Amino acid sequence: MVTMSQSEIAVTIRQSMEASIRVLDVHKYYDLGETRVHALRGITMDIVGGEFLAIMGASGSGKSTFMNILGCLDKPSSGTYFLDGIDVSGLSKDELAAIRNRKIGFVFQGFDLLSRTTALENVELPTLYAQVSKEEGEERAREALDLVGLGDRSTHFPSQLSGGQQQRVAIARALVNKPSILLADEPTGNLDSRTSVEIMEILGRLNDAGLTIVLVTHEHDISQFAKRTIQFRDGRVRRDELVVNRQTASEVLKSLPVEED
Amino acid sequence: MDLIAVARIAVRALARNKMRSSLTMLGIIIGVGAVIAMVGVGQGAQQQVQQQIAAMGSNILFVGSGTVTRGGTHMGWGATKTLIYADMLAILRECPAVKAAAPGSNTSTQVVYGNDNWAARINGTEPQYFDIRNWPFREGTSFTQQDVEMAANVAVIGESVRKNLFAATDPLGQTIRIKSLPFKVVGVLAQKGTSAAMGDDQDDVVLVPITTLQKKITGQDWLRWIMVSASSRQASYAAQEQIKSLLRDRHRIRVGQDDDFMVRNLADMADLADQAGSVMTMLLASIASVSLIVGGIGIMNIMLVSVTERTREIGIRMAIGATERNVQSQFLTEAVVLSLIGGAIGIVFGMGASYLITNTLGWVVLGPVHTIAGPR
Ligand SMILES: Nc1ncnc2c1ncn2[C@@H]1O[C@H](COP(=O)(O)OP(=O)(O)O)[C@@H](O)[C@H]1O
Ligand SMILES: [Mg+2]
Repeated sequence: MVTMSQSEIAVTIRQSMEASIRVLDVHKYYDLGETRVHALRGITMDIVGGEFLAIMGASGSGKSTFMNILGCLDKPSSGTYFLDGIDVSGLSKDELAAIRNRKIGFVFQGFDLLSRTTALENVELPTLYAQVSKEEGEERAREALDLVGLGDRSTHFPSQLSGGQQQRVAIARALVNKPSILLADEPTGNLDSRTSVEIMEILGRLNDAGLTIVLVTHEHDISQFAKRTIQFRDGRVRRDELVVNRQTASEVLKSLPVEED
Repeated sequence: MDLIAVARIAVRALARNKMRSSLTMLGIIIGVGAVIAMVGVGQGAQQQVQQQIAAMGSNILFVGSGTVTRGGTHMGWGATKTLIYADMLAILRECPAVKAAAPGSNTSTQVVYGNDNWAARINGTEPQYFDIRNWPFREGTSFTQQDVEMAANVAVIGESVRKNLFAATDPLGQTIRIKSLPFKVVGVLAQKGTSAAMGDDQDDVVLVPITTLQKKITGQDWLRWIMVSASSRQASYAAQEQIKSLLRDRHRIRVGQDDDFMVRNLADMADLADQAGSVMTMLLASIASVSLIVGGIGIMNIMLVSVTERTREIGIRMAIGATERNVQSQFLTEAVVLSLIGGAIGIVFGMGASYLITNTLGWVVLGPVHTIAGPR
């Protein structure tokens, strides 16, 4: 084991587990009157269970479009997307909603919490659509808030929380129904560097616990906390590589000066 | 997703934006409140009219000397001189549905006590008048049948006359002057109040024996009215017919000729007032319904605007697993909850408002009652 290189380990993992996400030649285009915007031009990739993947690429290269397809918020124009072996294109709207509710957690760049709603209620939200009792929903929401270190802020409103705290609430919300995949579209895009590392530390911990994570970022530093990076360019995969000399966010955090707030 | 969960989501969403929620509710509150208040006022007025009619006395019929059209000129009420005391005796004798009757005539003149004087209506009648009209005494008693026979100078005064002439003294046993004749006050009537609609004061009256009025004050020997009470409300309809045919007979009115008298039945009046009241209530309610519809449109409007305004919220909910149906039922439930709460508040407001209007204004708007509020 010690002599195995990072890439060899990754290959081993990939062979040993069934791919939880398989995307085959996915295209996505938007018809805007006469012009057609080609956002994705044939993406093929496998993402296995437990993976920690960072998607990189210039603005407009199709990262968000791809994430929306992975998150069942949008459907590909052509190509197939298998989620845990199931062809998603054959599912009804309500079945897709159930997948978004239970199998996938989504974190956005803009946090997208409901305003004038406490952190706890925001985190509870997905449980309201999941046939979970009020008590269990609240219980789970508290656990999720504890997990992101905000157990003491449950009654705060988004406007009373810093950006990093809001993003942690959003992560807790994504986790509350215990999904197997976490999708995060530029979760650190609006945060300063230290807070970004803190968020990555949380994601690292979750991944260690077995959660599959796909994250979009255009910061190279951030992508290096993942285990694998994929480079998008003009709707195509340009490069797919494993992260070498991976640093964990918790180590980096120790080396960063603590800011007073 | 079950109803409770939907309700929970909707109520939370409403609580999150209290300002918007309460403004939306305002339309329904006003609409429902207006309908309740208007119906309440209408029914209150109806009830009050019925009470006033009942307070007039039970099963009353009013026989008045008639209106007459002579040479194309309408001579007005009380213009004929054909109604006489013998008619009353005949009514008592020959109409089985009639229980009691009192004759009456009246004039208006100055009443003097000491240095004070007061213009009042002078009614001449007989003692049973007070029973028929269900009019209790504040002090003293009625003049007697004997007083009537002797055309005695005795008087019963109404509360308004007492207030104006006897502010400081006890009127019983005092002497007042009418047309410079002295009258001994034997009784003071309890307050009856202002008659419905006409606003004329029923207590502004002096009652003397009919004979005294006819012989000593007016010099007229005909009656202006006869107050009759039937043995029951039902009997009052029969009494009306009996009196009509009797008087036509006695006054020798040929078939096809108009009556020279009129008979008004209080039961008829009550029915008429009831009908008029219902029409008014309906009218008020339909006007108020317009504001209810406007309130409903208001809710629709604000819900529609807020759907466009709340696309972000809808997006978030869909992204975390809400189905389209979930979101639809949330908005529908929000509208229903707003309507229900608004409606409940509106009912309370409406009841309060109608209570205030009916009680502070003492509002009666119905017309026909004044006709039987009492002869003038
Ligand atoms: N809803 C849409 N309608 C039209 N064009 C879109 C839409 N969403 C994305 N695009 C276009 O698709 C391309 C990829 O967009 P996106 O996936 O958001 O890129 P990224 O997230 O990598 O910046 C862009 O050219 C963008 O303008
Ligand atoms: Mg993007």
